[in-house]
Amino acid sequence: MGNCSNEHRGTSFSASAASLSNPLICSSINTFFFLDKYIFSQVIQDQLNKKVLDSLAEFIKKHGLGCSSDNWRQRAREIPTAALMLGVNVPDHAMTFRSLCNLLQDSVTPFVVSVHAKECADPVLVINLTLVCQATLTIRIIGLLQKSTQVFPQRTESLTNSDFPQSLPVVVIFKDFEAFNSQVLQDFILICSRYTQELPFIFIFGIATSPSAIQHRLPHSVSSLLCIEVFHSLSCTQHLASVFDKLILNSQFPFKLSSRVIQVLVGIFLYHDFSVQNFVKGLQFSMLEHFKSQPLSMLCCQKQEALLSAKTLSKKNVERIRHLPSFMRYVETQEPQEQVRLLTNDEHVKEVCQKLLKNLHKYHKNYYPILQCLHSLTSSLPKFPLGKHIRELHVSCIEKNLWETEEYDSTLLEKESRRTKRMNPFEVLRSQVIEFIDSLVREYLTPAELQPLNEVCYYSSSGVLRQRLNVTPRTSIQAALSHPFYYLQNESLKTDAGTISSAAPDLCIVYKLHLECGRLINLYDWLEAFLTVMSAAEDQDTNSEECGKYDSLKHARFIQAVSEMEFLGFIKSTKQKTDHVARLTWGGC
Amino acid sequence: MKIHICLTGIKTIILDCNNISQYSVFLINSALMNRRDIMSAVNPDQYSYPSVFIYGHRATGKSHVVLSIMKDLELPHASVDCVECVSSGLLFHQVLSAFFGPDAAALLPRCPSLSDFVRLYKQMSSNSPATQTRYIILDRAERMRDMDFSLLPALLRLQELVNDNVTVILLSEIVWEKFRPNTGCFEPLLFHFPDYSKGKSLVQILSWDHHPSYTPELYASYINILLGVFFSVCRDLRELRHLAVLNFSKFCEPLEKGEAKESDIHKLWKNIEPHLQRAMQTVYLREVSSVQWEQQQMDEKEATTLRVLSAHAHIELPYYSKFLLIAAYLASFNPARTDRRFFLKSHGKIRKTNFLKKHEKTSNHLLGPKPFPLDRLMAIFYSVVDSRVAPTASVFSQISSLVTLQLLSQVGHDDQLDSPKYKCSVSLDFILAISRCVCVCVRLLDLLALSLVIQSQVVRQERSLFTAVSNLHLL
Repeated sequence: MGNCSNEHRGTSFSASAASLSNPLICSSINTFFFLDKYIFSQVIQDQLNKKVLDSLAEFIKKHGLGCSSDNWRQRAREIPTAALMLGVNVPDHAMTFRSLCNLLQDSVTPFVVSVHAKECADPVLVINLTLVCQATLTIRIIGLLQKSTQVFPQRTESLTNSDFPQSLPVVVIFKDFEAFNSQVLQDFILICSRYTQELPFIFIFGIATSPSAIQHRLPHSVSSLLCIEVFHSLSCTQHLASVFDKLILNSQFPFKLSSRVIQVLVGIFLYHDFSVQNFVKGLQFSMLEHFKSQPLSMLCCQKQEALLSAKTLSKKNVERIRHLPSFMRYVETQEPQEQVRLLTNDEHVKEVCQKLLKNLHKYHKNYYPILQCLHSLTSSLPKFPLGKHIRELHVSCIEKNLWETEEYDSTLLEKESRRTKRMNPFEVLRSQVIEFIDSLVREYLTPAELQPLNEVCYYSSSGVLRQRLNVTPRTSIQAALSHPFYYLQNESLKTDAGTISSAAPDLCIVYKLHLECGRLINLYDWLEAFLTVMSAAEDQDTNSEECGKYDSLKHARFIQAVSEMEFLGFIKSTKQKTDHVARLTWGGC
Repeated sequence: MKIHICLTGIKTIILDCNNISQYSVFLINSALMNRRDIMSAVNPDQYSYPSVFIYGHRATGKSHVVLSIMKDLELPHASVDCVECVSSGLLFHQVLSAFFGPDAAALLPRCPSLSDFVRLYKQMSSNSPATQTRYIILDRAERMRDMDFSLLPALLRLQELVNDNVTVILLSEIVWEKFRPNTGCFEPLLFHFPDYSKGKSLVQILSWDHHPSYTPELYASYINILLGVFFSVCRDLRELRHLAVLNFSKFCEPLEKGEAKESDIHKLWKNIEPHLQRAMQTVYLREVSSVQWEQQQMDEKEATTLRVLSAHAHIELPYYSKFLLIAAYLASFNPARTDRRFFLKSHGKIRKTNFLKKHEKTSNHLLGPKPFPLDRLMAIFYSVVDSRVAPTASVFSQISSLVTLQLLSQVGHDDQLDSPKYKCSVSLDFILAISRCVCVCVRLLDLLALSLVIQSQVVRQERSLFTAVSNLHLL
């Protein structure tokens, strides 16, 4: 593949051929794709919600297929309804619904339709969506729908009159129940309940908040038509914990995150969105950044491949290894003779590198079981001195020496607190166990940063990650407007803080001037100030007569700048005073 | 089969099926042909009254009576539920296809107007003239008010327009006065279906459902017990029947076990009473689905505590969302003037006498949440949250997700981009629960307490008022 494209390139042939023919870079890309796919498969094949999905399918089977047995419910026209509690992490719901749809279509009924609130401004749309889904699923019905009008009742009649298998229920999934217009919902439920004898409808409400949302949205006359059962999906924190187990606390997965990066990702999760999807995206992004920015990331793969790559390191990469802080630290601990060899002999570096990689893999292999062990020992303690979740323990372990922290000491004390003078056998055993665990912790739960070559696997630029994932558009716009030099890198724009360079773009000048105003800005005063700044620049080389000529040009520039300000959302026109505009931001310079 | 009928002016009548036809002919004719010769009922040339309006509460038998009469007398009729008619075209379609077959309905143009309908109706009825009065029955007629404004007046005198012997019967839960258009219209005949009385009709109607393996007397006494519990909160026949069926097996339990005889009414009552009380709190409010209730009855020995809907009122929210919601609550229920006092550390002295104006003292909670601009929300948010928060995009997107979750609501449509305004739509209890979980800092608690002190008085009044109102509503 590489050769083919290289032949067409002509002059740059040799350079690009060199980089592509290098198996290491190829394998680094391959590794990235491989890991990315692995993440994807792990998240998709998630068996977490399996339990709740299965019970939902069971519920639908029970109601859809056996409804003829209980007469009274039909008489009361109750529609079986499952309220599926999904939590507020809305971005994650799509996946749950996809797997739910697939599960139902495979095992219960082909007539599953899921509707979004934004598609359903009025009940006709919901009905049409429902019918379109059915129609596409069974072409037979289309032939029966001779009156192809958009009329719902007729369609229903023709549906029910047909030889269509009546026992199969029609499942309607409302993906975001809270966002639905309640009038639309009420009408839809009323209409469906009229036909529920002929067409066994079953509803599934995807609810993000709490089941009482149903009672808030629907009046009693409508909610009495539903037979509601509540299903709880796994909470987002449990979901995160399982993803954490699979992708981060897993020695098989070669890519690692430093403690800071984990804190950033978990922080976004806990403080902002509760979305596991976004967490996984953050993980993927940091992997991308790592493989892009760290050339030695080619060693970040399974043990055998890593050893193979280490054997064939290029000269450049050997040099890069020598510059790794962790490697330098390692070199310092060696004998002077060995130090010289490490700094001069490339082959020797490769050999040492293989040894160190082996050690790194061994470290990971030991680290995670011990971590689990310590966590299960301490997670039941009151007040959780070492953290309630294993991720907290993990972060503190890879960050610093755990045994030097106060919390660790207090934990051990907690375990030994009731020691009396004469120890009974249980207490003897207990102190032995604690000593053993302590020795394990000291031996294996060392911070990752102390491991030589940890930079190969660990991604640690938390600042970059925060900048990319937790963006502050407003701050960037304000920075661009008040310090244009930061983005434009033009020497003439360099100014002291608080002053305005007349060479700056018009928008920046107008922005700076508006910061000095109150809530309402007089446009004429603003224009005057703008002209003053502009003329200050021209004072040196022009006389005052020519200034008048350019007035209309400056005027136009000012108006354009002001309308750009309006577009960016800093000001808006106001009805209070016609020649004024209102500021929409607070805070001055 | 028995059919119960009640009409205004005529006492509640319960009729056997075999004399329904004669009786209802009399009823209907005397009703519909009010001012005409009663003999006209058998004369197809004589037109009936053009429109009839029947109103009464839910489950008082309006549709049931009308449709049973239509069915038993085999009268030509078109029954349309107005909920289904999102456009008037659907209504025309259903009427035409019921009277003249689907082929006639197919002749309607794509978006039929009223005149299309009248034209087509005339054409069809001239081909097949009415031998009997045709009836158009419009259930939930109150929906017609939202449709084309000329539709209702036109339907009321449809007979004149199409020159056919047709009567439109409107069924509604709302009185006629709320229908009458400004411009005036033809006045239909009015009928009222009163609510069933407890003593006679409800017991009698409910007793028809009696179980084949028990005597009707036992079932009647069961119904009496049931009504004793539920009648004060619910008069909806449908709900009562539903509840009666759900709880009957429990009532019979002592009989099946042989612990009591059918005559031991008191014993049976003692057995079922607490059970019914529980049902009132859960099943009636749909806190528990009827299936779950049944299952619970079956394995009651395990004493499973039912997980009612409102028991899961707690909502897990991201950390900053909680603070945003608290800030929104404070912004909604505190006057903007007091912000400086509550949220600024050095707010200066405010004279106590005119700190709160008179109208502000009375009713912050009674007036409901007030709208506030985004700026104010963010200002309060920054002052209540205990750490420095960068104004990141995700903080702002949390506001819009709170809006989608209906915890906040956006108000005003004119200026949503530049200066959106919001209202907080959660209750005080909800906010207190949330602040209890985030309040690690004492300051926020103080703050909430401070701003709530003013309101606590009001809240107490409001609560008692709410209970009073809800009691009234139930009665």
